[in-house]
Amino acid sequence: MSIWAVLAINSITFGGLLFLLSAGFSLIFGLMQIPNLTHGSMFMLGGYVGSSMVLTYHLPFWLAALIAALAMAVFGGLMERFLLRRLAGSILAQVLVTLGFAFIIADFCLMVWSGDPISVNTPSALAGGTRAFGLFFPTYRIAIILIAVIIAAILWGLLDRTRLGAMIRAGVDDPQMARVVGIRVSRLFTIVFCLGAALAGFGGLMGAPILSVYPGLDFDMLPLALVVVILGGVGSLLGSLIGSIVIGFLYNFGLAMVPELAYFVLFLPMVVVLVLRPQGLFGKQAP
Amino acid sequence: MTPSRIALVVALLVVVTVPLWVPGDYYVSVCSQILIYAIFALSVDVLLGYGGLVSLGHAGLFGLASYTVAVCLGAGFGHVAAIAVALVVTLAGTAVFAALSLRTTGIGFIMITLALGQIMWGLAYRWVSLTNGDNGLSVAHRPMPFGIELDTPSHFYYATVVIFLLMVIATWIFVYSPFGASLKGTRDQPRRMTALGYHVWLIRFYACLFSGLLAAVAGILFVYYTEFISPPTVSLTSSAEPVLMVISGGSGTLLGPIVGAALIEIVKNVASAYITRWNMMLGAIFVAIVIFMPEGLVPGTIQLLRRIVRARGREPAPAAAGQPTAEKPSP
Amino acid sequence: MRVNRRKFLAGTAAIAGAAAFPMPSIAQPKAVKIGLLCDKTGPLAEGGIQMEQGATAFLKSKNFTLAGRKIDFIVADTGSSPAQAKTKAQELIERDGINFILGPLAAFEMLAISDYVAQHKTPILSLAAADDLTQRKPNPYLTRASATSSQAMHVMGDYARKEMGLKRVICLDSDFAFGYEQQGGFQQVFQDEGGCVVKKLWAPLGAPDFTPYIAQIQGVDGVCQGFAGAAPVKFMKQYADVGLKLPVCGGETAGDDALLPHFGDDAIGLVSACPYTIDLKNDSNAKFKAEMEKEFHTVPGFYAAGMYVSAMVIEAGLKALHGDLSNPERTVKALRGVKLEDTPRGPVRFDEFGNVVGNIFVRKIEKVGGKLTNVTQKTYHNVSQFWTYDVKKYLAQPAYSRDWPPVTACKT
Repeated sequence: MSIWAVLAINSITFGGLLFLLSAGFSLIFGLMQIPNLTHGSMFMLGGYVGSSMVLTYHLPFWLAALIAALAMAVFGGLMERFLLRRLAGSILAQVLVTLGFAFIIADFCLMVWSGDPISVNTPSALAGGTRAFGLFFPTYRIAIILIAVIIAAILWGLLDRTRLGAMIRAGVDDPQMARVVGIRVSRLFTIVFCLGAALAGFGGLMGAPILSVYPGLDFDMLPLALVVVILGGVGSLLGSLIGSIVIGFLYNFGLAMVPELAYFVLFLPMVVVLVLRPQGLFGKQAP
Repeated sequence: MTPSRIALVVALLVVVTVPLWVPGDYYVSVCSQILIYAIFALSVDVLLGYGGLVSLGHAGLFGLASYTVAVCLGAGFGHVAAIAVALVVTLAGTAVFAALSLRTTGIGFIMITLALGQIMWGLAYRWVSLTNGDNGLSVAHRPMPFGIELDTPSHFYYATVVIFLLMVIATWIFVYSPFGASLKGTRDQPRRMTALGYHVWLIRFYACLFSGLLAAVAGILFVYYTEFISPPTVSLTSSAEPVLMVISGGSGTLLGPIVGAALIEIVKNVASAYITRWNMMLGAIFVAIVIFMPEGLVPGTIQLLRRIVRARGREPAPAAAGQPTAEKPSP
Repeated sequence: MRVNRRKFLAGTAAIAGAAAFPMPSIAQPKAVKIGLLCDKTGPLAEGGIQMEQGATAFLKSKNFTLAGRKIDFIVADTGSSPAQAKTKAQELIERDGINFILGPLAAFEMLAISDYVAQHKTPILSLAAADDLTQRKPNPYLTRASATSSQAMHVMGDYARKEMGLKRVICLDSDFAFGYEQQGGFQQVFQDEGGCVVKKLWAPLGAPDFTPYIAQIQGVDGVCQGFAGAAPVKFMKQYADVGLKLPVCGGETAGDDALLPHFGDDAIGLVSACPYTIDLKNDSNAKFKAEMEKEFHTVPGFYAAGMYVSAMVIEAGLKALHGDLSNPERTVKALRGVKLEDTPRGPVRFDEFGNVVGNIFVRKIEKVGGKLTNVTQKTYHNVSQFWTYDVKKYLAQPAYSRDWPPVTACKT
């Protein structure tokens, strides 16, 4: 039945988009234990900045995406260096500051770009799709899942296979010992935060041809990122990728098959998983 | 009379006499709103500040109480019955919330409460036959305790003040009781408490019930105040607001949530009339609080006042005998 | 210690004294006060900002003087929250003493303040589309110059059946009252004229991706949607992504002219029915569009036009009353008695419930000169909220809801 095939394809591609959305959050939360509630806003701001680059300055899509990522990296770096660093360990203050920035960014976007939604056309190289086996494969969405997998691979390689990654992991496990050994833990944390913010900004523009960019995008997407991280397991990038795809399936098939439960299709499974396995599907056991 | 006692009496006088000195009925209504949200913030603080459990789904309990009142009144119940049913239903709902959420602590607790709050929000939208969906439910008239009507803003305000003071006293008793001490113990040293023989889960469960009771009272007052309830009141933003009130005012204190509620409500309702970018201003205030008074407005102000007193060199021994100075190094 | 206590009490007295001063009054003798309730922040900000622009454009063009009376214009932000809408309504009515309320935008905001406004006998001109506000649960102080949710969709049902020749349609909308009422209106007329609605699909509010619903579209020759806010832009993109080429028709928000600069090429061909259209050629609309471009550099849409026309109604009402606002019931009667020929949406008048009777335009999105624009295909004149149905029979039938009209098997 072609409905199921369309849903299956869309589940995987939507999962790819979710991974791009949540990878940054997963990185920051998993490594630094900071619940970065500004994440949705950075996704949205990245989308606005990137789309302005494309629409007003006619830059190529990829360049705009890199600029968006860079802009968010700078913003995130400043936020981490001057605010979050002095709040290490104080979750409540981190929540307040990240939510405070979420408000500021949301209002700033409303001020600069006003209330209208901004639509970015799919980059022409990836527009349209291919018809095969009686189905339609939108090229851009397929590209998104490929990009998601590549980014997941790069991040995994970075954290598990490089010296930098080893230093980061050491800094997370035991910051004092790491400093004794000569690792610049604070600087590494800033780098991680910048990377997470860059991923959010990049994801914002990547998602724009599918979601558009509009006021409220930040708080529409933030719960999804949280659900992915929880289901996939905190601190596990592989878990985030698989969790994203699982959520893609839950979302697509759930909405199509049980429309009465449309509002609960994500949060009911989340409650079930949390109640039965609080560390998520792939997470390590939390104390 | 110590300065804090004087401050308390003055604050009480200020609160109780609001309709006399506040310019206009509109501002009296805003003050009623502040007190209602202060109760809601206190309910969140019981768990957050004293229990170490952050709930992002409390609007689900608040809204449950509001909806129950509206549904009961619509079904023909009297006010007393509607309020009683709302309290019972919300407590039952809180028990379910707590049973599910207390399976984990920390970030897991936050996530489960968030998910449960979202589920309540979804129910408010979809269970149209009960809740009327996004068109919401209206409440036709307010109760008339002892024959006094509550339609005039100042009358409603006085009724709110009475209930508010009762809730503050109840919370004060709760927090400073031996039970409250054991709750703080589970917040600070859960493993040690278990080793000492305390039933940590049960202590937290009872704390949740008390918190649910406070949220229910706030929800009931709210639905009588606005005379309308609809799904946005049960949204994630509505759950995040009291958390922000508590953190910005100062968690783990009684005055903190009240001050936080006043701050956010005044910016939302009063400042928004003069400043279009009031959201940005609110965000900036939060950031400023974190930079200058990371423990919240109330603890930060107390520290500031103490430092001023000490700087005047009046008393070499800063506090009365028996009270340790909790002087933390400034950030 | 003594110094502290004295200073403390003095400080408190000073604060109390300052607070006792009345808030600065912006009223001047004999000025007419108009308060605008709109969502300047929050998810509905797009429409709310336009409402402010539309109302301001009209008042500015008249130098804030209507019927010889100076106008005090106060704008209050409802923040897309019903509780805040209520508080702001209180602020406008009790603190500012306004004579007319413009807005609010959303049905849930209007319902939150409806009883309060009626109690305080304040004439209100809202864009909130909830059908029953002028049908089964009418608010006697409301004059609605825009439309009910179903008003334009009745027209869409007729056009889809008669002019587009559609026979089987799937309806897809957001899962809330505005969606139910739009699709209900479409379905009733479409089916009465021989068409069949095969399925009605409801997407949750805030859904990022409509593909799970779009994927279910098959076995039909057309799609009807009624998305609002930012969703129409998203929907057309995602519709194109599934590779569907069936004709799409929609309601007043689905093809809103204000979204034209923001739609992608995937929106070309979208047919929508709306009480306002950008390409209406009359003096008033030309003036309106020029003012919006000059003041706000923006393309006006349905929300801005709704407020502009409502402000015109206030002006006409003030003229009819010779500026005498002492009797609220007479004021509402005057407002509802207004008949205007030249407005940005053409002629308007009001029925006995206070809802507008006027043109509904069916237009299609086309690319003209490299830009997207709405091109009117057909104008329906004198459309009331009841379409061509008998009023008593219409009111006796249930309100449009998720399950009414019900979806039954198609005969073909």
